[in-house]
Amino acid sequence: MSKIRTSASNSLQAITANRLSDGYVIYLTAKGGWSERIEDCQAIDDPATADELLRRAERRAGGDLVVGPYLFKIARRDGRSIPLGQREILRTTGPSVGTDLNLT
Amino acid sequence: MYRYDEFDQAFVAERVAQFRGQVARRIAGSLSEDEFKPLRLMNGLYLQLHAYMLRVAIPYGTLSARQMRKLAHIARTYDRGYGHFTTRQNIQYNWPKLDDVPAILDELASVEMHAIQTSGNCIRNTTADPLAGVAADEIDDPRVYAEIIRQWSTLHPEFSFLPRKFKIAVTGSPNDRAVTRGHDIGLRMHLDLQGRPGFEVMVGGGQGRTPIMAKTIRNFLPVDHLLSYLEAILRVYNQLGRRDNIYKARIKILVQSEGAEKFAEMVEAEWLEIRDNALDLPAEERDRIAAYFAPPPYDDLPDECPALEAAVAAEPRFAAWIDSNVADHKQSGYAIATISLKPHGGIPGDASADQMEAAADLAERYGFGELRVSYKQNLILPDVPKTDLLALWSALDGLDLATANAGRISDIIACPGLDYCNLASARSIPIAQRISERFTDLRREKDIGAVSLNISGCINACAHHHLANIGVLGVNKNGAEFYQITLGGVASENAAIGAIIGPAFDEWQIADAVEDIVDVYLAQRCPGETFIDTYQRVGPQPFKEKLYGSDQARQAG
Repeated sequence: MSKIRTSASNSLQAITANRLSDGYVIYLTAKGGWSERIEDCQAIDDPATADELLRRAERRAGGDLVVGPYLFKIARRDGRSIPLGQREILRTTGPSVGTDLNLT
Repeated sequence: MYRYDEFDQAFVAERVAQFRGQVARRIAGSLSEDEFKPLRLMNGLYLQLHAYMLRVAIPYGTLSARQMRKLAHIARTYDRGYGHFTTRQNIQYNWPKLDDVPAILDELASVEMHAIQTSGNCIRNTTADPLAGVAADEIDDPRVYAEIIRQWSTLHPEFSFLPRKFKIAVTGSPNDRAVTRGHDIGLRMHLDLQGRPGFEVMVGGGQGRTPIMAKTIRNFLPVDHLLSYLEAILRVYNQLGRRDNIYKARIKILVQSEGAEKFAEMVEAEWLEIRDNALDLPAEERDRIAAYFAPPPYDDLPDECPALEAAVAAEPRFAAWIDSNVADHKQSGYAIATISLKPHGGIPGDASADQMEAAADLAERYGFGELRVSYKQNLILPDVPKTDLLALWSALDGLDLATANAGRISDIIACPGLDYCNLASARSIPIAQRISERFTDLRREKDIGAVSLNISGCINACAHHHLANIGVLGVNKNGAEFYQITLGGVASENAAIGAIIGPAFDEWQIADAVEDIVDVYLAQRCPGETFIDTYQRVGPQPFKEKLYGSDQARQAG
C-alpha cells in the first residue's frame, strides 16, 4: 500500500459518487455513464479535463440519479485503476470487517 | 414503559407520510440533493461511505421485547441481517435502500419508534443510566425526566435550529453510568435536606476536538422546575452560541469563553423571566408519566439463592459471567444481566437479527419483557430472577452472547470508523477486534480487572476515547491509518479527560502497544488497585518508557 502511495506522483484522477437509490459507490465511465466497478472508471490525467468532467457530472447528477460526485486520486497498475488512500480503498472494496461479507 | 398517546402516534404517522412524499419527489427528480439532504437528516437518514445509514432513536435506551423484535425484523427484511448499537443508546442500520426507508419508518411507528432528531442541530435523543429503575444505588428513576425532556424537546420550534447538536443525559444515581459530565447538559439527581429530589445541573461538557467536562451551574434544581430551567439554558445558548464556526458552535465553547459563573448568571436571569409561566409540568402530569415507569410486578423472592451459589461453584464459565456481567438489583431476589455484544474478535455493538430476537425472547422468559441498550454498546436484561440466571446464561451461551467481559478490557467501545463512516479518519472495528483477540483468556481478563478501552475513528470521538482509561484515536497521516493513545480518562462521576501518551502507532503496532500498557499496569499495581488507580498513582512515565523506550519517553514527556 505504501509503495503505491509513494510512487503516485502522477496526477491521475477519477470521479466517484454514491447512487441515489441505495447510496452504493459508483464511478464515472469513459462513456459518461456510471458503474459500480472501479475497473470501468475513466482515468483522467489532465487536471483541467478532470475539473470539466466533474462540473458536467455535477450538472447531470439529478438526471443521473447520483449524489455528490467528486474527484479522487488513482494509480494505474497492470492496466487497472487502483484508488489511493485508505478511504477510497475502503469505498472500493467495502467494509474490511466480517458482518457484511457473510450476508450480502 | 412509556406508551404513545394519540397525539404521539398521529404525529409520527404524519411525519412518515411527509417523508414518503419527500423520498418520492427526490427519486422523481423534483427535489435536488441540496433540498433533500436536510429533510432526510431530520429523519435520521445519513449517506455514508458505501450506502445510506438509518439511525433509529431508542429513548433513554429502553426497549420492549416487541420493539426489539421489530428492530430484528427491519434488519432482516430491509438491511443485511444485523444492526449496530451505538454509544448514544441508538441503533444504526448500515445498508437501507432509499425507497425502503418510508416503509422502515412505518414499521418503527407501529411499535412507537422513530428516527426523528437523531441528526441535525437540535436536541438529540436524551440518554440515561442504562440501569435506570433497577440499580440498587438509585434515588429515583431518571427515565421519567428523560421522557419529559423527550416530549418537551421533540420538534421544539425554538430549538430546532440551534448553533449545533445538543445532547442531554440524566442519571438518578450517585454512581454515574450515563457520562453526565460529557454532555451538553448533564443532570444528576440528589435529595435535599427534606428528602425531595432535584438535579445538579452541569453544562458545557463534550468531547470531539475540544474535550471539556461539564461545569456545575446549579447544585440543586427542584425537579418541578426542570423544563423551565432547561429552556433558560437553551435560550442563552441559542442566542449567544457561535454560528460562524462549526468547531466552536457547541455550548461547551460558549461556557468556556464566558466562564461557568457568568454563564450561570445569564441562565438564572433568563430563568427568572420565564420560570413562572406554563413551561413546567404540573405534578399530576409528571405523575402520569412516572406511572409508565412503575416497577413491574416483582415476586417476593429471597435474596439468598443456594441453587445459584451451587451453579457458580460447579461451572467456572458461569461463575466468570456472574462475576463480570451481573449487577445488584434494588429488588430482593433479582439481578441485572448484561448481554455482551463484544465477543472476542467480534464487532463491538453489532447484533444479528437472530440475536436480537433471541434477546427479546429471553427478556420475556426471564424478565418482564424489557431490555436496555447501554452506552457501552451492550444489551441489558434489567429484571432477571436470580433463580433463572443459570438458564439465561445457558441460552445466551448458545447464541454467542455470553461473553463474560462486561467492564473488562475486551468490552471495547468502538465507533463504526472508516469501515462505514463518512467522517472517519481511520478504521476502529478491526483494531477493536485485534485487541480483544489478545485477551481471550477469561482468567487473565479477570486478573486485569475493571478497565475501559474505547476506540474512535476520528476526533469527533463518538466512542468517547477521551473518557476511557485507555483511549485510542484513529488519525490519517497521508492517507494511511495511525492510532494515538490517551491514558487516564474516566467516564464515571469522577470524570476526567485522558492525556496523550506519545506518538501514534500504526495499525499493526497498536494491539502490542495496548498489551504493553496492560503489562506495565500489572507490574506496577498494588493489591486491590484497578488500572485507573495504578495510573493515577504512578503517572504516565512508566507507560511512556515501556512504549517508547526511556530516551524517547523523556522527549515525549
